[in-house]
Amino acid sequence: MIRERTLNGLVLVLLLAVPLWAMFNDQPFTITLATRAVIFALAAVGLNIALGLGGLVSLGHAAFFGIGGYAMGILAHHAQTYTPVMELPFLIEGTKSMPVIWLVAMVTSGIAAFLIGILSLRTAGVYFIMITLAFGQMFYFFSISWAAYGGEDGLLIYVRNDFPGLNTLVPINFFAICFTILCLVLLLNGLLARSPFGLALNAARQAPQRVQTVGLDPQRLKLVAFVISGVITGLAGALFADLNRFVSPTMFSWQMSGEIMIFIILGGNARLCGPVVGAVVFVMLEHFLGGLSEYWHIYLGALLLLVVFFARGGLVGLIAGREVAHD
Amino acid sequence: MKLKSLILSTALAALASGASAEGVKVGMITTLSGGGAGLGIDVRDGFMLAIGQSDRTDIEVVIEDDLRKPDVAVQLADKMIQSEKVDVMTGIIWSNLAMAVIPSATAQGKFYLSPNAGPSALAGKGCHKNYFNVAWQNDNLHEAAGAYAKGTGYKNSFILAPNYPAGQDALTGYKRMYDGELAGEIFTKLGQTDYAAEIAQIRASGADSVFFFLPGGMGISFLKQYADSGVDLPVVGPAFSFDQGILQAVGDAALGVVNTSQWNKDIDNATNAAFVETFQAEYGRLPSLYASQGFDTANLLISALEIAHPDDADAFRTALEAANFDSTRGDFEFGPNHHPIQDIYAREVIKEGDVYTNKIIGVALENHSDAYAVDCSF
Amino acid sequence: MSTILIIEQILNGLQSGIMLFLMAAGLTLIFGVMGLINLAHGSLYMIGAFAAAAVAGLTGSFVLALIAAMAAAAIAGVLVEMLVIRRLYATDHLDQVLATFALILIFSEGTRWVFGSFPLFLDIPDYLSGPVTLPGGIQYPFYRLVLICVGLLVAAGLGLLITRTRIGIQIRAGENDREMIAALGVDISKLYTLVFALGAALAGLAGALVGAIQSVQVGMGEPVLILAFVVIVIGGIGSIKGALIGALLVGLTDTLGGVFLPQLFKLFMEPSAAQSSGSALASMAIYILMGAVLIWRPTGLFGARP
Repeated sequence: MIRERTLNGLVLVLLLAVPLWAMFNDQPFTITLATRAVIFALAAVGLNIALGLGGLVSLGHAAFFGIGGYAMGILAHHAQTYTPVMELPFLIEGTKSMPVIWLVAMVTSGIAAFLIGILSLRTAGVYFIMITLAFGQMFYFFSISWAAYGGEDGLLIYVRNDFPGLNTLVPINFFAICFTILCLVLLLNGLLARSPFGLALNAARQAPQRVQTVGLDPQRLKLVAFVISGVITGLAGALFADLNRFVSPTMFSWQMSGEIMIFIILGGNARLCGPVVGAVVFVMLEHFLGGLSEYWHIYLGALLLLVVFFARGGLVGLIAGREVAHD
Repeated sequence: MKLKSLILSTALAALASGASAEGVKVGMITTLSGGGAGLGIDVRDGFMLAIGQSDRTDIEVVIEDDLRKPDVAVQLADKMIQSEKVDVMTGIIWSNLAMAVIPSATAQGKFYLSPNAGPSALAGKGCHKNYFNVAWQNDNLHEAAGAYAKGTGYKNSFILAPNYPAGQDALTGYKRMYDGELAGEIFTKLGQTDYAAEIAQIRASGADSVFFFLPGGMGISFLKQYADSGVDLPVVGPAFSFDQGILQAVGDAALGVVNTSQWNKDIDNATNAAFVETFQAEYGRLPSLYASQGFDTANLLISALEIAHPDDADAFRTALEAANFDSTRGDFEFGPNHHPIQDIYAREVIKEGDVYTNKIIGVALENHSDAYAVDCSF
Repeated sequence: MSTILIIEQILNGLQSGIMLFLMAAGLTLIFGVMGLINLAHGSLYMIGAFAAAAVAGLTGSFVLALIAAMAAAAIAGVLVEMLVIRRLYATDHLDQVLATFALILIFSEGTRWVFGSFPLFLDIPDYLSGPVTLPGGIQYPFYRLVLICVGLLVAAGLGLLITRTRIGIQIRAGENDREMIAALGVDISKLYTLVFALGAALAGLAGALVGAIQSVQVGMGEPVLILAFVVIVIGGIGSIKGALIGALLVGLTDTLGGVFLPQLFKLFMEPSAAQSSGSALASMAIYILMGAVLIWRPTGLFGARP
């Protein structure tokens, strides 16, 4: 057994080493794959705050992923066609600047998470799973019929957006941006889990009544966690759209929500680096199992079952054992 | 994502024959699993049939499955261009995936031959000199349906399509050629499976004909329910809901329906007869529209390769523009925006023994181009 | 808009609602008794439709096809319960979601592997096809009337089963206190398998009945599954009555919304814009309904109060 912290370090170093190797060996597609894994990991880290810390099983996180994606798509679309996003009541112009886009993506997905959270947190357990799933579907259907932004066809952005001082079209540069964000968010996540808020949230998940008796509102704690979670997943959505230079309603689909959840459980629920390991393994499976058979989803399904049965703590749990505090 | 590459030529064969010409690498991204896999499989099989029948041994085709997901398609395109370093790309079935992949592929200097999707954005202002569509511009078959309705004398059509861009284009295309009244115009939900409400509206509308564009399972559901509803207005539609793969699932409900297509297995020319026969022999099923498009795409490619290698982009492009190959459709040429100018037929669904299939009953539009060509300049 | 058309649309809404009920009833029973969230319920619906299409193709008999659909779905259900689900009762919902999501992948691709990528053929038998004229001159497909009747019969049968039989008593007891009825000597694992098989058979029946007027294809179960979730959230999880009312509400909202919202928008918008924005709003209508119900009653219309 390796200590979990050592494992976390190893995972991140490896995740950094592979694209660097690929850069020197002229394998740009490997860098793209690694970037995809990093962005998926970020989305899952977001969900993990609601799911792992708050115990909120949300099957609708694709809503935030998609909102982030569309925030990028809409802003960049207006910037590339030189049209304003809206003129009344005040003028908003499109933009190609990543930091601005990220901010918009985070704010809009935060607002959406707040609204969805207020409604959904009136329920619990299975109701919560289903109501978040349904909200995700609502966004999906809306985006399909939203003709102004391409409907089902989605929006194509011709050139990747700009980041001050970096050429984002070079694969390794864009990878570096995403990887840095992931590390920052992981750091934040670690701090959050040990902060008074994180401890209270953890308690609210395990024993809401006790939290209430000390004067904290467990619902409010969960709502804050849900919003933070939505904001991070929204940011991941904006990055994902930029990776593909394309957004479409599939980002809102319920399969997407399911996949984000799979990353977490595959890697290890409530583990700091669980989502990262899960996303990396999933992208690798997608890549290599796909080569074996047209019907690779069968193998993926079987593998997931094995994880549920025999590796309850996910892959991280399998390697590092059950030593983590909040369990 | 599928990583199966079919390497038809071996380096050994090339060495043995002493061929000095460097090989050509073709990247095919198409839908091979999940919903809609049937179309991609047909395009692939038609394409590979033509490659196998040619005497070129230096064409390597890399085939990948896009799962009908735009983000996967974009990623595969990156991989084809960055890692595989393909010369020519092809294969995409769906317009939304085409929009995600084609503009960036052509911007990076690759040739793209579309065996199916022909979104209007790529035919007009967004056209590109390295993008060729071998099938049709998306509006074409709907325009032909409109022309057929007009020619037959329908005066009051009820039209419906799913509420997404291709659906909106379909109704626009129909209305472009049809000049009667509209008894009703409905956008249904994408993926909808129950059309009772729409059929009730058709019944109440006093229409004299129905035009619908509902691809895939949606069309099957609509036709079965329509046939059972007792409404017996004549139905017109594009070929997508009446093609070989899907027709067996519709059954009797489709008999007699008129649909429009640029291809049918009874088009009378030697290439087509040989194609239908060899396709059946090779794969044990009748070829579909999509298979014919894949076959034609491969033959166009081979004809251009006889003249120039894609590395010599200008010569290769000129060779493609000449479209000097034997098409299963008979006459075939490209318009100024690299989209086909071709006849589009009206077909009727019939039963041959136990198998449902189509027969041509007339030409709906002759030498038809598309409405967007005027906006295109390279 | 004539009265006849409105009545016809209401019938359509009832019919789609009653088919949703067959799906939702199984889901809600399984959740009520075992506390299990089963995403793979849509796969059982698909299995029913494929089995029916295969048997109808071989024998030409629609009745045999329906029996085969129920049997195949029930057998698949029992297998799934014994091999997979049984290990999940003690775990949290998260594991259940993941495992049943995995089952969807396996069933969908497995079905495609066996039956190929093209849709299958399944049609209404001649004796059920064609329209009938109802009082008031309404032409309505006979088969859809049959669907409404079958659905109502199943609902009544389920009601009797739950309230009047020994099994029903055990099911209700199981919903209230699982440990207690095990302690009282009821073979709980047999009961679970039975309930799962029953829910699966209902889903298979729905798949076959609906498959005859729709397209029998891989992935047909998931859209229905999500609608069924909406239904049981509205109706209250575990309640058969709630599932029935919820299903009818969802069916009516979906059908009538799709027809009347665009008409409504035409009053103050130009026709084609009204058509497309009306349709867009209609596609979200049931989710808005669900949101409204949950604000009013967080555990659904007939759910147990916490």
